[in-house]
Formats: sequence, C-alpha cells, structure tokens
Amino acid sequence: MTYLVLRNRDIPDIKEIDSYIANGGYEGLKKAVQMQPEDVITTVRDSGLRGRGGAGFPTGVKWNFIPKDAEEVYIAVNADESEPGTFKDREIMEENPHQLLEGSLIAAWATKAETIYIYIRGEYWDIADLLDEKIEEARAKGFIGQSILGTGWNCEVYTHRGAGAYICGEETALLNSLEGKRGQPRIKPPFPAVNGLYNKPTVINNVETLACVPYILDQGVEAFRQFGTEKSPGTKVFCMSGHVNNPGNIELPMGEEATFRKLIEMAGGMVDGIAPKGILPAGASAAILPATDEILDLPLDYESLQPYGTGLGSASVIILNETVDMVWAAQKMTTFFAHESCGQCTPCREGTYWLERVYERFDHQMADDQDIILLDNVAGQMTGKCICALGEFAVNPVRATIKHFPDDYKQAAARQAEQDAAPEPVAGD
Amino acid sequence: MSLMDTRKADVEHHLGKYPDKLSAIMPLLYIAQEEYGYITNEAVEEIANLLDVDTTHVRGIMGFYVMYHDEPKGKYLVYICTDLPCALKGAEAFSQRMCDHLGVEAGGTTEDGLFTLEEMMCLGACHRTQVMQVNFQFHENMDDEKAIKLFEELRREHEVSKPFSGE
Repeated sequence: MTYLVLRNRDIPDIKEIDSYIANGGYEGLKKAVQMQPEDVITTVRDSGLRGRGGAGFPTGVKWNFIPKDAEEVYIAVNADESEPGTFKDREIMEENPHQLLEGSLIAAWATKAETIYIYIRGEYWDIADLLDEKIEEARAKGFIGQSILGTGWNCEVYTHRGAGAYICGEETALLNSLEGKRGQPRIKPPFPAVNGLYNKPTVINNVETLACVPYILDQGVEAFRQFGTEKSPGTKVFCMSGHVNNPGNIELPMGEEATFRKLIEMAGGMVDGIAPKGILPAGASAAILPATDEILDLPLDYESLQPYGTGLGSASVIILNETVDMVWAAQKMTTFFAHESCGQCTPCREGTYWLERVYERFDHQMADDQDIILLDNVAGQMTGKCICALGEFAVNPVRATIKHFPDDYKQAAARQAEQDAAPEPVAGD
Repeated sequence: MSLMDTRKADVEHHLGKYPDKLSAIMPLLYIAQEEYGYITNEAVEEIANLLDVDTTHVRGIMGFYVMYHDEPKGKYLVYICTDLPCALKGAEAFSQRMCDHLGVEAGGTTEDGLFTLEEMMCLGACHRTQVMQVNFQFHENMDDEKAIKLFEELRREHEVSKPFSGE
C-alpha cells in the first residue's frame, strides 16, 4: 500500500502530463496561486512537513526565512541523491516527474521565485533529459513560463547536471557547484535563505520533500497529518537495500506503522533466511544499529532514533546479515567518505585518509588491538571540526561499528596475532 | 573545429540558462566531452574564453568532479557500482570477473580502445544489483551472462558503425 508520495506508482503512464492531470495533478498548484504566497507558506508550515533529504528541517519554516521584500529569489531542487543506499528521488523523478515539478512551482509561488534549478546528479543522465522533456510539457499547458495560470507570475525551470561529487548534496556545496565553482560547502551563516545562489535568497529542498507539497495544497493539512506523528507528520519513502529479497522503495507513515521489522518483511524478508546483524538507517552517514528486537520494533520517525545516537536521515535502510564482517563494512564506508571528502577542511581530508589507511591494515591482516584505539583517536580529531557534516558522517561508521560490534574488531586484530605466531609471516605491503 | 562551430545552439542554450555565465561551465564541459570523447586542451581554452575565466579554473573544475576526464577513455565507458549496498550482493567479485573478462584492471582500458571499466561509488540503483552504466546509461539487475552479452553486443555495434563513424 502506498499513501502519498508514491500514491500514483501503479498508474503506468502517470509520467505523461495528461495522465497526471487526469489523476488530480496540478490541482495543488492551481489552488496555491489562488492564495496569497504567505498563506501557502502557512499551510505548508501547519502541515508540519519536514525535509526528507536527511536533516528533517521544517519546510514551511525554511520558506518563511526568505525575506518578504526580496526582489530576486531562487529555488534549488536538491536531486543530487548520492547517499549510498538511496534511490527514492530517482523513482519520483523517473516515474512521476510532474509531481516534483508541481511541488517546485508551489515552492516558487510561495517565495515569489521566478527561477528554479533542479540540481541532478550527473549519473542520472537520462532522468535529466526526461525532466527537460517534462518541463516543456508543463510549459505547453501553461504551468511554466510567462504569466502562469493567468496570474502574471513568470517562472522558469532548468535542470543542471552534477558530475559525480557526493558533497554537492550539501546545500551550500550545491550552490557553489551551480555557480560554476568547485562544490565545496560554505560557512554558515549567512544562510542560503538570506544569501544563497548568486548571493540572493534561495530555498533548497529535496525532491521527496517537494513531492509532498502538491498533496498538502490539494488535500489540505489535515489529510497530510492523518499520516505520521505529531512531530513527524506524513509518510517517508524507505529505500530498502542489502540482504533483503525484494529491495526497493517502500512508503509508510512515520511512527508506529513503520518499523525495521515490518520494512524487512515488506521487502520480502531476509535473503536465505539469514538473520539481520546490523541496520544502517540512513545510508553510510548515520550510525549503524545492531539488529536487536528492541531496534527492529522501534517506531521510525525523526525523533525515535536520536536516543540511539543515529537518525532517520534520508531513510535509506541498508540491511546487513549475520555473515557480514562489520570491519569490512566500516572500511567500505570509510573508503566512500575518503573519496568524497571535498578536501576543504583538513580534519576531514586528512582524517578520512588516515582512517582508510588504518582499515587497510585490518584488510591486510596487519592490525592489532592498538589499531582499534587508533581508529577511535583519529575519529575524535575529526568530530566537530569541519565546515559541513561530511566530517561528522565519516566518523559514524567507525565509531558505531566499534561500539556495537567489538567482537568483529577483536577477531580481525587476532588474525594478526595468529600470523605473528606463525613461523613464516606473509610480508606486508 | 571549436564547440561554437559544432555545438553553437547547445552552448548558447546553456549560457542563457544562468544570470552568471560561469554557471555554464559544467554543461559546457559535458558538451566538450561528448564532442571529443574527453576534454581536450583546445576545449579547455575555448571554455575559458567563453566564460572569461583562466584555464586554471576550468581545470580545477575538471579535477574536482570525477565524471570529467582530460584523457581519452574507451569508446564505451563502463561504470560498475561496488559501493556497500551492491557489495553486500557480491559486486566486488562481479567487478573483478568483468575486469578479467575484458582483460583489464579496474580503471583500465582494453587494448582495442573499446572499453574502459571503472568501479564507482553508489550509482543510486541499490535495489537492482548488479548495476552498471555504459556511457551513463543504466544497465541493472545484471549478472555475468547479461554483462558479457552486453559487451558482445557493443563490440558488434562498434564493428558495424566503424565504416561510418568518421573517426
């Protein structure tokens, strides 16, 4: 069953504008332009919609930060979806692109913006082409371009391809990339709502967030709030991957109805019936959890994972079964962050480099107990010392695996001890 | 032939999208890569001139983003995702077998210049392992048999297109 974001996924031609309109599409935009922009913001704020890209910041509050007297405002759609295990924005854009365009246009009306840039990761090459096609479809129907729906309001939508840099999903890095600079995060403040793209007030929203907006405008705040909890209203698209039989996107209301146990069940259960060992709730960047009964039955929303030192993030749930060596998994994630560090802040650039080197020692069976301490030591030198969150994210796989799966590290370190005892140790690097 | 000779409409389309033309640097680099197979020194000069920036800035951008390259790659640039979700389903071994099949190391190009195989970070298709891209087109739910068949098809396509390719 699907609820809201993916409610039309069973309509095969929903990506065509006529089908989208026949199924209630662009009604949200039509209602929005009948309202004062500030009333649209109030509606979205009252809905309690929170950013689905990972941070969970209230969307209406974000829109309300745009100065009311701003002459030029930009909307940047964050379609850089690059977190390992995340493929929800892709489904929205591929299968129901007009839902995203409509949500973006409502955001533009609410903030009086006249230009929307959809920053899409370069690897989604064909999806960018598809969006360009869909923009023209919407233009032909009067939803994009000059005097939209006879309001006198003009708005253009453009796609902009990234080129393989995870960091560009960080909102200020995205802005720099759009400006033709290297995608390195900016120091905040100033915040993009005041000083964003080309130094103008800018709203940056994730694809899934914007895909919720037409529903809110069309069906109303109460309809949206029938799903989810008081603090985390609505649904969430969970990207299920790893050791489940039928990986894919599953939409569930946040709270009681969404648990890891249920998600695993809905994703066809565990591969070969092998029990889960660890759960990454939000790709590589949020700390891994042990797959205990307590964790498996936890209601999932923005708050529930915080006491466990992790978060819902983009809800890209990667399930790791009992066969996985968590030292190996941590090494994979560390390699990812070392590759994706933008190089701007020394603690992140050098820290990820050295973490990767230490994990290579584990991989080559050259690590001992001291290396576990060394990992923690390097991680400690990165925390809280970087401009953006990547430096924090990079520490999570290391510390969380050491905390929850100490035996895996001890076993890995013991392999070196065994080798030392052997008569002819294998030469290292 | 410059980009303004061969791709004028595309270049101007992208220059017109932004209030500051520097923003067009990424799409212009992609156009150059499409035209020449990689970003040539001449293209770097031309893009720098079009945008009124130093060539150093253009090279800085090329160096920052992994999807731009300043040297020729195989005609078919094959990406294989070996990031964690795919690796849990055996992507590292799959990639190694594909390397062995093509006779290259990861990152290498076949002797005939047809295939370059690169291992990539998450491509956003974790529910459809094994995942490949060939010249940025997705090929999903792959296995050895399907991948090898795809390589053979591309080889044939190349053979057929050769006399007309104008290369």
